[in-house]
Amino acid sequence: MKGLRRSMLFVPGNHPGMIQNADIYGSDSIIFDLEDAVSLQEKDSARLLVKHALRKIDFGETERVVRINPLDTGCGTQDLKMMVAAGPDALMIPKATARRLIEADLMVGEIEAALGGNRQPLAFIPIIESAVAVEEINELLKASSRIVAALLGGEDLTADLGIQRTKAGDELLYARSRVAMACCACGVDAIDTPYADTMDDEGLAKDTAKGKTVGFTGKAAIHPLQIEVIHRVYAPSEAEIHEARQIIRAMKQAEREGKGAVAVDGRMVDAPIILRAEKLLQQAKAMGVHDMTDNVNGGA
Amino acid sequence: MLNNVKREIPKTIPGFGDVIPFKGVWQHMPMIHTAPVSLVPSGKGTVKKLHSIEQALDACELKDGMTVSFHHHLRNGDGVLNQVMEAIDARGLKDIHVAASSLFPVHAPLVSLMEKGTVTRITANYMLGPVAEAISNGKLTYPVVMQTHGGRARAIEVGDLSVDVAFIAAPACDLAGNLNGVEGPSACGSLGYAVPDAHYAKRVVAVTDHLVPYPANPIEISQEWVDFIVEVDSIGDPEGIVSGSTRLTRDPLGLNIARKAAQAIEASGLLVDGFSFQTGAGGVSLAVAAYVREIMRQKKIKGSFASGGITGYMVDMLEEGLFRSLLDVQCFDLQAVNSYKQNPAHQFMSASMYGNPHNRGAVVNQLDVMILGATEIDTDFNVNVTTGSTGIIMGGSGGHSDTAAGSKLAIVTTQLLRGRLPIIRDKVTTVTTPGESVDLLVTERGIAVNPRRKDLEEKLNEAGIPTTSIHQLKQMAEERAGTPDPVAFEERIVGVVEYRDGTVIDVIRQQKQHFK
Repeated sequence: MKGLRRSMLFVPGNHPGMIQNADIYGSDSIIFDLEDAVSLQEKDSARLLVKHALRKIDFGETERVVRINPLDTGCGTQDLKMMVAAGPDALMIPKATARRLIEADLMVGEIEAALGGNRQPLAFIPIIESAVAVEEINELLKASSRIVAALLGGEDLTADLGIQRTKAGDELLYARSRVAMACCACGVDAIDTPYADTMDDEGLAKDTAKGKTVGFTGKAAIHPLQIEVIHRVYAPSEAEIHEARQIIRAMKQAEREGKGAVAVDGRMVDAPIILRAEKLLQQAKAMGVHDMTDNVNGGA
Repeated sequence: MLNNVKREIPKTIPGFGDVIPFKGVWQHMPMIHTAPVSLVPSGKGTVKKLHSIEQALDACELKDGMTVSFHHHLRNGDGVLNQVMEAIDARGLKDIHVAASSLFPVHAPLVSLMEKGTVTRITANYMLGPVAEAISNGKLTYPVVMQTHGGRARAIEVGDLSVDVAFIAAPACDLAGNLNGVEGPSACGSLGYAVPDAHYAKRVVAVTDHLVPYPANPIEISQEWVDFIVEVDSIGDPEGIVSGSTRLTRDPLGLNIARKAAQAIEASGLLVDGFSFQTGAGGVSLAVAAYVREIMRQKKIKGSFASGGITGYMVDMLEEGLFRSLLDVQCFDLQAVNSYKQNPAHQFMSASMYGNPHNRGAVVNQLDVMILGATEIDTDFNVNVTTGSTGIIMGGSGGHSDTAAGSKLAIVTTQLLRGRLPIIRDKVTTVTTPGESVDLLVTERGIAVNPRRKDLEEKLNEAGIPTTSIHQLKQMAEERAGTPDPVAFEERIVGVVEYRDGTVIDVIRQQKQHFK
């Protein structure tokens, strides 16, 4: 069920043991990292390792994303060339700006054309990690039709701003709100910055909730044990699931009866609400709430 | 001849003797006659304390070809085996049989004694380190005999393993020979594995670094079994004996497997009031305990006992009221030692009471659930915990086979791939525990039920826990990592793997030297 991005797990691209097991922790996406997790002398071997992993290993329903190196470095261009051919589901592009994304779009387009065949255009997930990127976020998200989501990079952003990154995360409030709002406006997923303390589940839960409150749809994880906490925060509540079930039932009944309009408890329901209900039930199913969602499908 | 787990076993093995092939779990249950014990009575006024180990060798009339035994409660901190063997070597004795319940890296000096012919036979339940490597490389004259914890107690009690002199490391001892493991600088807790040696050896020497006034309190092994006492400067290095505390793992893979195992336990229907449980001290095992603990709390389940080697984690569960009692053959950490010393619900058990298949009923037979590890497991669910991926001995049953046979639900938890090595094989390199006694395999990519346990598979599926076949799990691993070549061996047999009932379940051959 590719499409949900509640959790995106970073996996070092130079660690075969972690790569081969990357899909068992239940994250919606895996991000094979060629950038920060990999030292300069291991860049080429990591690139080869990730290429072979993408080609050889079946990661099931988990979305496969590769974080390449910045495109203004030699490594970044080499990553991009090899990865387009290896065929992940998306490229994560660090230090993103509108201009760099336009360039990347052109480069990937050329490589895809040269490779030929009937290829799905490779998706982009830019990382918003500079003041410039935050301020030009709307332009940036429109720079390429390949963009499906954006990740806020809190560490690099605070470094750019010359301010301290704190556990409470108040310094990110503006950037978080702005990025989440712009992503929603552009119809792409908004992925919150990872929480650095892998031993602090309570802090992670609070931080995740903070992101969800301002409109993030998911969060990056830097340790597999963070996934469950993130999913718990992004899990739909029972009341939400109940409401979504009612909406879908009403929609299916309206379809059977040939009615154009759908009403639940006398309230008209339009397409975006149905879409949200479907997405929510999809989430519920991903969380293992089988009975409810199965009932909806089975009862139709 | 082929035994019950389809292993080719010779009828006779030089240095071991005639072989009874493994016939199946609980199939070899002969009428038992325990070995007679010869002893020298100690009359009134007898002084048991001797000046030195050398004097003890004289007093015990130790000769070429005799068997000396040791327990492993001091683990990798043990100083007694090396001190005794050094004294034996100094007087030029030859052809000595070392019957140690386990051997650790600290026992490396044995290697040169093997090379010199001082030691020509070894019997142990578990071995790790230079001695195990040397044996795998053919340096011991006769094949090592690998037993189980319960099997060793059986062998000693019936005389299959006849001990001439037992040297018992005693953390605390009085002058009459009453000893315990809870006091002194080398306190290690329960001395369960030393009991058969004390009761059946022809001579028993307590070696201590902590003499206490008569009578020692508590008394774990009592004075009527002890011939001599030797005081030495130190019996061990506390650093290597018990760990300070046992910490729960944060390894996500281990936790993933542990959670699945706990869910399977819950679905099995065994996790109800009176539940009994055993698990090792490793990361995944303890994590299973942590998830089980959570379920017991939520459902307000009060278990009967936890057993085996005891960790602080089990002590916490006892103190929380989740178990009524602990049955302790060995303490793994200081918290367990302190609890064993102070809490009457934390009870002693001997190796025989723990796992001997040929006594009048062992604790393992009362176990509901046992969590086991595996170096390899094959598609018949046979488990190897004796040899590693290169064929070298690096372990042994310990209580693995005993608890698998006795428990109602024996669960093997393992990663599907360790490093890049698939753990599920067509045939394990060495069979330690027969698949007949293994019910469930839990890995990060799925759970496989032994086809013998259709009832269990139904229960898991009813609870919504998906199961798969062990063949499918094997295929998943091999799709990622390929199929490993079998390990190459020389013809020579360097080890005999005894099942707990004394039959032979497998042999270990000499490791092939690829880089001579």
